[in-house]
Order: sequence, then structure tokens, then C-alpha cells
Amino acid sequence: MDGSQSASEPKRGLDNNDAGAEFLTFCLAKETYGVDILRVQEIRGYDSVTRLPSAPDFIKGVINLRGTIVPVVDMRIKFNLGEAVYDDFTVMVILNVAKRVIGMVVDRVSDVVRLVDEEIRATPEFGSGIDVHYVAGLVERDDQMLIVLDIEKLFKSKDMALFDAAVAA
Amino acid sequence: MSIDIRQFHAGFFEESLEGLSVMEAGLLDLESGQATEETLHAIFRAAHSIKGGAGSFGFSRISQATHHLETLLDEMRAGHRSADAGVLKVLYQSVDGVRAMISAAQAEQPCPEAQVQAFEAALKAVLGAAPASGSAAQADAPAPAPSSRAAWSIHCAPAPGLLATGNEPLLLMQALAELGELTGTLIEPQGEDVAIETLSVDDCRLAWDLTLVTDADEATIRDVFSWVDDCCALTVTQRAATSPPKPEATAPVAVAATAVAEQPARLEATVAAPPQLPTASIRVGVDKVDALIDLVGELVITQAMLHQAVSGLDPVQFERLHSTLEQLERNTRSLQSSVLAVRMLPVGTVFSRFPRVVRDLADKLGKRVKLVLEGEATELDKGMIERITDPLMHLLRNALDHGLETIEERRAVGKPEECRLKLSARHASGSIVLEIEDDGRGLNREKILAKAIERGVISERPATDADIDNLIFEPGFSTADAVTDVSGRGVGMDVVRKNVLALGGRIELFSNPGKGTRVAVRLPLTLAILDGMSVAVGDEVFIVPIASVMESFQPQPGQMPPLGGQQRLVKVRDTYLPLMRLADHFGLPTAYEGPGIAVVVEADGRRLALMVDALVGQQQVVIKSLEQNYRSVPGVAGATILGDGRVALILDVSRLTAVSALAIAA
Amino acid sequence: MPHILAVDDSSSMRQMVSFTLASAGYAVTEAEDGAIALDKARGGQYDLVLADVNMPNMDGISLIRALRALPAYQYTPMLMLTTEAGDGKKQEGRAAGATGWLVKPFNPEQLLATLKRVLPQ
Repeated sequence: MDGSQSASEPKRGLDNNDAGAEFLTFCLAKETYGVDILRVQEIRGYDSVTRLPSAPDFIKGVINLRGTIVPVVDMRIKFNLGEAVYDDFTVMVILNVAKRVIGMVVDRVSDVVRLVDEEIRATPEFGSGIDVHYVAGLVERDDQMLIVLDIEKLFKSKDMALFDAAVAA
Repeated sequence: MSIDIRQFHAGFFEESLEGLSVMEAGLLDLESGQATEETLHAIFRAAHSIKGGAGSFGFSRISQATHHLETLLDEMRAGHRSADAGVLKVLYQSVDGVRAMISAAQAEQPCPEAQVQAFEAALKAVLGAAPASGSAAQADAPAPAPSSRAAWSIHCAPAPGLLATGNEPLLLMQALAELGELTGTLIEPQGEDVAIETLSVDDCRLAWDLTLVTDADEATIRDVFSWVDDCCALTVTQRAATSPPKPEATAPVAVAATAVAEQPARLEATVAAPPQLPTASIRVGVDKVDALIDLVGELVITQAMLHQAVSGLDPVQFERLHSTLEQLERNTRSLQSSVLAVRMLPVGTVFSRFPRVVRDLADKLGKRVKLVLEGEATELDKGMIERITDPLMHLLRNALDHGLETIEERRAVGKPEECRLKLSARHASGSIVLEIEDDGRGLNREKILAKAIERGVISERPATDADIDNLIFEPGFSTADAVTDVSGRGVGMDVVRKNVLALGGRIELFSNPGKGTRVAVRLPLTLAILDGMSVAVGDEVFIVPIASVMESFQPQPGQMPPLGGQQRLVKVRDTYLPLMRLADHFGLPTAYEGPGIAVVVEADGRRLALMVDALVGQQQVVIKSLEQNYRSVPGVAGATILGDGRVALILDVSRLTAVSALAIAA
Repeated sequence: MPHILAVDDSSSMRQMVSFTLASAGYAVTEAEDGAIALDKARGGQYDLVLADVNMPNMDGISLIRALRALPAYQYTPMLMLTTEAGDGKKQEGRAAGATGWLVKPFNPEQLLATLKRVLPQ
């Protein structure tokens, strides 16, 4: 693999904290991902989503979160990560990103793990669904590969068109 | 303990701006001959408060600048100066100047020096060559003599009536003691009139010989007794100096008296002044009120959810539950009205600035205008007040600029020289109606028609005169022969209309050539709540604002002639209206195959028939923002939460009618 | 705890005075003109009255004169808050029975320092 030089260097973690940070891990189509726990507001079951007219298909619609209107996105659709199934295990992770509240559909939620910077390796260009741009790094834990997402970069990207242009700047 | 004076700044700014409004209203009354004795006093007090507050809260430039203003107003209220045109002009200029200073301070911007010096100079000119005295230097105490430690002999013999002034010798001593080391002896009363039986306990019969070692100067020492120097025999002499002799101690210098005429005895409060009943009120931050409104909105939704959850239960078996919930609903609705009322302010707060503007403008244009205000007490949501001010101002300027004739023009057509301009507000079936009516020349229909055709806005003469009049709401429309700097070019009626629509309102114009024009703006009473008609489209529920709904019906096959492509028309009585299938427009799947319902809506003078699956009901909904966590969606004005907890989108009727018009035109 | 009656038609001044006095441990009651103050004074017992001179309905000096006529307030210290340093106003105030005065503009520190001359610490 090209660029393996950099792959062996530990990449700085998302919060530059030596004691490490906690990440919520979840599954999207057989891959395991992680997001900074500080961004996670709550976890809810998936139900009653009101469709938004003329929205891209990965934006499922909006939900009522205790009186606030919150948009819901499905990454499986956005990044073509296999079939988007909605069953009893389907869950929404409610995230706080860029002063907004957004719901993200996932297949199932796993553990909260603590990762230290040294563990997070740079991402080689592999053919994973989610654009390398939005991946903070890779971690190997218990024979499993964990893809650490830079959720803020992801949600703010023009690509996702979640926010009005003025905000995303 | 030191107190941060800045926490009082906001209150000072607000109060001062209000005071300036009072001053301005008073000046207008003076000018129109409607002033009373109290008017001058009110104007003076307002200026006086601003000057005093400015000094106390650290705004020395403002305090300094308002000094001559206060002086002039004092002369006027004392009857030494009359309110002639020249004086009034300077006063208006000063009010504007002080307002500019306060606003600058409020926005933490630098003081508009040029403007300030201009009105200061104007004030000085009016007051005459005599420079105002050192009152401006009031704060400057005479420079204290160089201090050196010395011993002072102080003899103090209060008059018997000292205690009746509320003064307390002990406290005076304590004040002295703070200056240095105080020792002394008490002098007991001596003399004939000291028989114990004749003494009154309320009298002070004691005296003291004191020695004070201090490095304070004589003025400072005497100052301790300043309150009692007329009921106290006082001598203060220096005994020994421990440093080189000071220059002759001068008599205490009172701060320079003002050169302004001595204030004559003030008008007693008994002179007829209309009693002002104090209205008990408190200032509350807008954010607190908004938070309250949100919470009440939540309560309404929760109560609706309860209602829904319970609706399936047998009303007989659960009678208690049903009736209690009905009670809850009544209470909630009351609470909601009361809370929304908190944000309601009388529209007079907007109207109050117009008299001045109209006066200045009429003056400039050479027109005589009488502005009549009606219905100032009519209440309107605060948020709406802020957003309707500019459109109203623009409408007034239009009337002044284009609608009303000059004095000569009016004479020529036999109208009274004074134009009449009326601004009124009233409630009408759940809305507030604001009207601007003038007795001017009305719209020039032929000119408007010509311009419209020339600009390609229309291709042929519209059916009715009213249609021609309403053409002025089209963008870029200005039939002014010259660009006046009054209304400006391009900021036309279309912007006014857009602003009104954004508030969920409507605007209409009625013109009577030669007689006058009337513009009516209709606004909903509140921005937070909407009366909506809920409709079903596929699995979703949408809310259509009732205010835009004209009618709804089930279309018969004969009413819908087939046209090539998606766009269809539906025949309603004698006209054909564009038909928009919401399911198609929004890309929503619907399995519904039935006839559906057509809901006719109107916005911006355009009509549209929306095709939906069924009507669900009618309800008041709390408007929620989509933009808070997402972004704006074309065709959707907001969202709300239904009784079952689901989200329903509120239609943006204005946008939908515009889109359908484009589709037809294309 | 001494109870002070602060009378001024300017709400920002009342705010500043109240806050200053309350911070120093005094109890404060506000009134926005002389008439209201007189009413309150009759209904309660204040240890000190601070009265602005220029007010609508009843000015400060008239208020002081009226208060002195009440038996309960014969010896109560009453201070005028005046912008004039000249003798005229002061004489007038004294004639009406004022204890002393505080010259506006004043800051919180000056207010508290002056209070020492009329309220025992």
C-alpha cells in the first residue's frame, strides 16, 4: 500500500488528550465506526420520521425531539454501505454538531471505548464507503477495525447539504 | 466595596431614549400650540435626567453636551424665553444630537463629535454671548491647597434647632475623626436660660471645642459642617503648622455659581398639572418572555397529545378523566393567550416616531400636512412591531412624496391647503389592520399602465381599475418623474409587500383619483401560533394557513381538462385555476387513487388549487423552526408537532403560488 | 437594619441607588415621585429619605416639607439630590427642613460616604 510510511505513524487523536477520549461505537453495514462521545446527545429508537419534500434520499426527514425539529440522516444510503434496513435494532444516534442537533441512523450501537492517540492510525486510501476526508483515523481493537469518524467535518461538508451555505462556511 | 457602574448603563440608555421621545413629543406640541404648562416641565425634566444620569454613570461628554440644553429649557420653563421657531429648531437639533450620542454609546461606537459640537454651538448662540459659567466645571472642586499636617482648633456650637434638621452631632464628629486625630472637650450649656425645667429634649444645647490634627485643608474641614453652617456657630482656625507656612487660608470657596438667571421659585405641585397615574410595570428581557412562550407551546402540544391518547376511551366510564382534561384544555388555552399577550405592545410605540418624520418631510417638500393617529392602543406582537416599522415608514414617505400635493397644487384644485394623512390601527377578526389614508391626488392610473406595459410587466390592460392600482407592487416599479431622495428608487412597494408577506400578512391598495389613496396592511396577531387546516398527502400531514385558504371542494372529472404535461387546470365557477398535486410537487409516494380534495389558496394576488388526499381537520398549531437544526426547505414555511407527536410541515403558500405561476408562464 | 426611602423620577438613578444601598446592607424602598413617596412614608417608618429635587407630581423640596410636618419624621434625616452646587437650592431645601444634600452627579462611593453622615454605622 502506498503511503504506508505514514500509516505507521500514530495520528493525533481528535482532542489531543494523552489520557485518550471516549468514543461511541456503532455498526453501519458490517463495519464498525466510532464518534467522539462528547458529540452524542442521546440514542433513540427509529420511528415516526416526517419526510422532507425534495430532500436527497439520505435525509430521511425530521423528527420531534421533545419539541424541537431535528433532521435525520442515513449514512448507509449516502455512502452506499449496503442495504438500509429498518428493524427493531435500528437506532438513531442524536448528535450535537456545530451547535445543531442531528439524528443519524445506524444498524446498532455497540460499546463506548476509550482510545488513546497512539492507537489511532492514519487512514490509507482504502475502498471503504465513507470518504477518507471524514475519517480521523483507524484503530485495531480485539481483532476488529474501528473507523473513527470526524463527525463535524462530515456533517458540515457541502456534500451533505445539511446546513445553509452561510453556516457551513 | 466598589460597584461596577456599567451594569446600570443599559437602563440609562433605555431611559434616556424614552426621555428624548418625550422631549420630541413636547416640542411638537409646543409647535402646534397644543402644549400645556406641564409640557415645558416634562421636557426640562427629561433633559435634566439625561444630564444627571450621564454624569453619574460616567458619560461625561454627554453630561457636558446636555448642559446648555438644560439651561435653555430651564429659561423657557421659567418664562424667560419663549418657544419661537428659531429656538425650536435648535432644540430639535439638540434632541437629534443627544439621541445620536446615546445610540453611539449604546453601540460602543465613538461619539459623533461633529454633530455634537454643531448643536452645542447652536445652543450657545441662542443662549447669547454670555458663556455658560463654570457649571460645566461643576465637578471640578477648587484645587486643594497643598496639604501639610497641621493642628486645627474647631469650635462648634449648634443652634437648638439642629436636631430638627435630622442632623446628628455625633455623626458629624465621626466625619471629622475620619480626617485625622480628633480630640476635644464638651462645653456644657451655661447661662440664664439653662434651667433644667425649661429645657426641651428636642433642642441641642451642647457645644464642643475640638482639636483636629490632619493634613486636610480648611475647605475640607469646613465641608464636614456644610449642611449645618447656618444653624451652627463654627470657627475653624489653624493652630500650628508642622511644615512651611501655607498661603493665607482663603474663605471656603463655594463652587462657581452659574451665570444663568437665578431659578425663580419653582412652580408648586399644586399648580394644575394633569396627574400622571403611575403605571406599575417591570422590564423583562425578551429572551425570558420567549422562553416562556416556548414552554407554553410545549404545554399546548402535550395537552393535545393527552387529548388524543384519551379520545379512544369510553366517555361514560371515564367521565371524570374526560371532563378534567377538558378543564386542562381550557386552562392551557387561557395560559397561552395570557403569555402571548405579554409580548403584545401597543402599536403607538411604533406610531410615536412618525409625527416628527412627517413634520420634517412635509417641511422639506413644501407641503402642509396634518398627521392624525388613531388606535394607538391597539396591541401587536413585539416581534411584529419591529418588522412593520420600516414598511410603514416607507408607505408614509410614499404618501408624502407622491400622494400629497403641494400647497399651490391644492389651492389650484380647490382643496384645503392642509393635507390630511391618517395612520390608524384596529383589530378585525383575528388580525390587526393598519391603514394609511391620505386625501391627496390618488394614483395616476394611465401612467402606471403605460409604465407596466413598457416594462413588460403586463401585455394588455387588466380587467379592473384595482388591478391597475396593484401593479405598483411589482418589482422595480417607480413612476416618479425624478428620483427624490425621499423615497429613493428601487426600494419600491414590492419590498414593502414582501415584508408584509413575510410576516404572514396581506397588503391592499385603494385609490380614488383626485381624492386620495388608502393602503391597508393586515397582519396576524402573533408570529408564534397559526390557525391551520391540516390535510393528508400520502402518509404525511401538511398544514395550510387558514388565512390563505379561499375554499375547498371535491373536483368533478369535468372540471379538470387534460393538458399536456404535469400541470393541470381546474375550473372553479367561471375561471380556471392552476392545479398543483402536492404529492407530485413534493415527491411523496401516495397510494391514494380517489378523487381527492382541491384546496384553493391565495397569496400575492395569485390563486392556486392544491390537490390533497383528504382534509383532516382544523387546529391552532405552534410554529416550530426548521432552520434551527436544518435549513429552509422551498415550499415549506415551518413545522409543527401534532397531537400524536408527529411532525407536520407548514406550507409556504406564497412560494407555492409563485412557483405554479412560473410553471404556467413557462 | 436601616430602611431608606429613595425618591427619583429617573429609573436608572433609582436602580443605581437601590443597588448601591442594598449592597451596603440597607433596606431600600423606591418611589418615582414625591406624592408616591409621601404615601409610602405615611404607611411605614423610614430611617432616611433621599429625594431628587426635580420630579413630577411633587418635587423633592415639597416632599421634605410635607414629611417634616409628620410627627414620625421630625428628626429623620432627609437628603436632597440636586444638580445645583449653588446656594439657592440648598437654602430652599434647608428652609423646607432638609438635613443636607448630595450633589449630582454622584457615584456609588460618594453616596455611601455621604450616608455615613446621617446613619450610624
